[in-house]
Amino acid sequence: MKPGKQLSKARSAYRSATDHIATGLAILATILVVAPLVTIFFYLIYKGASSLNLAFFTQIPKPEGEEGGGMANSIIGSGVLLGIASVLGIPIGIGGGIYLAEFGRGTRLANAIRFTADVLNGVPSIVMGIAAYSLVVVPMHHFSAFAGGVALGIMMIPTVTRTTEEMLLMVPHSIREAALGLGVPNWRSVLEITLKTASPGVITGCMLAFARVAGETAPLIFTALGNQFWSVNLNREIAALPLQIYIYALSPYDDQHRLAWAGALVLIALIVLAVSLVRYVASRGILKGAS
Amino acid sequence: MLTCALSIFAIVALIAMELAMQSQLSWHKSGLPFFYKFNIDPDTKLPLFWDPVNGSFYALPFLYGTLVTSLIALVIAVPLAIGLAIFLTEMCPRVLRGPLSFFTELLAAIPSVVYGLWAVFVLVPLLREHVNPAFMAIFNNPTMVKLFGWTHLVGDDGLFGGVNLGLGLMAAGVILSIMILPIIASLTREVMSAVPNSQREAALALGATRWEMIRIAVLRNARIGIVGSIILGLGRALGETMAVAMVIGNSAEIHRSLLSTGHSMASVIANEFSEATSDMHRSALIEIGLALFLVTILVNACARLLVWAVTRGAPAQVH
Repeated sequence: MKPGKQLSKARSAYRSATDHIATGLAILATILVVAPLVTIFFYLIYKGASSLNLAFFTQIPKPEGEEGGGMANSIIGSGVLLGIASVLGIPIGIGGGIYLAEFGRGTRLANAIRFTADVLNGVPSIVMGIAAYSLVVVPMHHFSAFAGGVALGIMMIPTVTRTTEEMLLMVPHSIREAALGLGVPNWRSVLEITLKTASPGVITGCMLAFARVAGETAPLIFTALGNQFWSVNLNREIAALPLQIYIYALSPYDDQHRLAWAGALVLIALIVLAVSLVRYVASRGILKGAS
Repeated sequence: MLTCALSIFAIVALIAMELAMQSQLSWHKSGLPFFYKFNIDPDTKLPLFWDPVNGSFYALPFLYGTLVTSLIALVIAVPLAIGLAIFLTEMCPRVLRGPLSFFTELLAAIPSVVYGLWAVFVLVPLLREHVNPAFMAIFNNPTMVKLFGWTHLVGDDGLFGGVNLGLGLMAAGVILSIMILPIIASLTREVMSAVPNSQREAALALGATRWEMIRIAVLRNARIGIVGSIILGLGRALGETMAVAMVIGNSAEIHRSLLSTGHSMASVIANEFSEATSDMHRSALIEIGLALFLVTILVNACARLLVWAVTRGAPAQVH
């Protein structure tokens, strides 16, 4: 055998060896990532499911150290906070998304807004909390459910804007052209044709934003503050599920730990529901989603 | 509609303005040295950074805590995330691809406080009982100390010296890495799938093996976007609050050891803000918040520009 051929044989053995090693490393990385994450996920579900009972949904917290009790007031509180946040965040977010996708498409202003929305998405939630604190709590001189709702609402705006835009972009041009060709004014075509066609996507996008802020704790610590008792007064401190999980996780009582796990399960269920709905709508295609 | 869209600018401006106004008190007292100076305790001769009782506030330990935990998170998460992304885009059987990417999306959306809960009850005991003792055995054994003692990274005052509480910078870094992994992996995957198939085919047609194809055609074309997604993960790690606040141990000190307790910029705000009694204390915390805001804006802007540079032209994807 010629030396050149031998060299090329060694070279090709080397190349195929690196190929195998790289493949192996990639698979190893995948296993190293997926295995612990699956474990964490199912551990959370297992712990939550074994702690959940009816009292969790119907009773308010017992005094420290006593057995039993639930998180009913936190669930209602979270509902109130998310209601305020949705009223504030969803209309503005959808409006912004419509502008980006329909009226401002391709303009420099729209690009700048899209960029700012993405950047705003990455701003830590605790900073949003401080902003809501100085905007609402300082002028009002006390903590309130309203302040917490404002903090969460501000956080929803960029997410809703971006998902609405993405959903509207999936609507085919022919539909817009058909509407315009029939002499429908542009604003009407946008609201009644394009937005309606994309509505399943837009709604699930809002749900995703809703589920995300439902788990936010940091902006609530010094706006909604938390509450051990029943309260739906917008002007007073209010309990919230993630806030209560945070407090119970650091408490010394086993029974409160149990409630924390159960609360975590509720939040995870919300997330799973929202993420799978979004994926379902997106994979089905926007057109089939319109009735 | 335009008003709605413009409100996003307004929000950013409003946040910046409010934070700047509320932090003026602290800014006027300390100025820029707020971020690097400290006092010396006259009794113990130890540096004193954060002293609400006497009303003197310097933020150095929080910068340190944030930097160290984010670095630990990146060191653990980046290689794994890139490996996962390569597997998902280039090697994965079609059957697995859907569930795996669904799962990463799910994990990216799980609330911070839930990760914190898990970390308090599972991760911290795990680190305390198994992982940290292993590292301590490696870093603190006499041969290592003899060989590398001059670096001050091994031994009792080294990276793994001191008391092993489980809580601390190490725990915070590990939980952060778990939280930013899905983000980096899914963005890297997106950037890598934006590389046109013709590039891959060209490399394969020249006789490249699969790894060579990935290296020449995919990684080289997507490298800017991958850096962007890493920076985006960094941005998330810098601002992550609840999970860190629950496991970092909450002490405003600086130690070399990764096992020591600390505080990050976000965690100190979460811990002390609602209990801050003096205006000065609150103002100092808001100044930390302002710094965090500016840094994350900067980091995120860089990252977005880099990711856009690669995915521009690729079809829009739903996250």
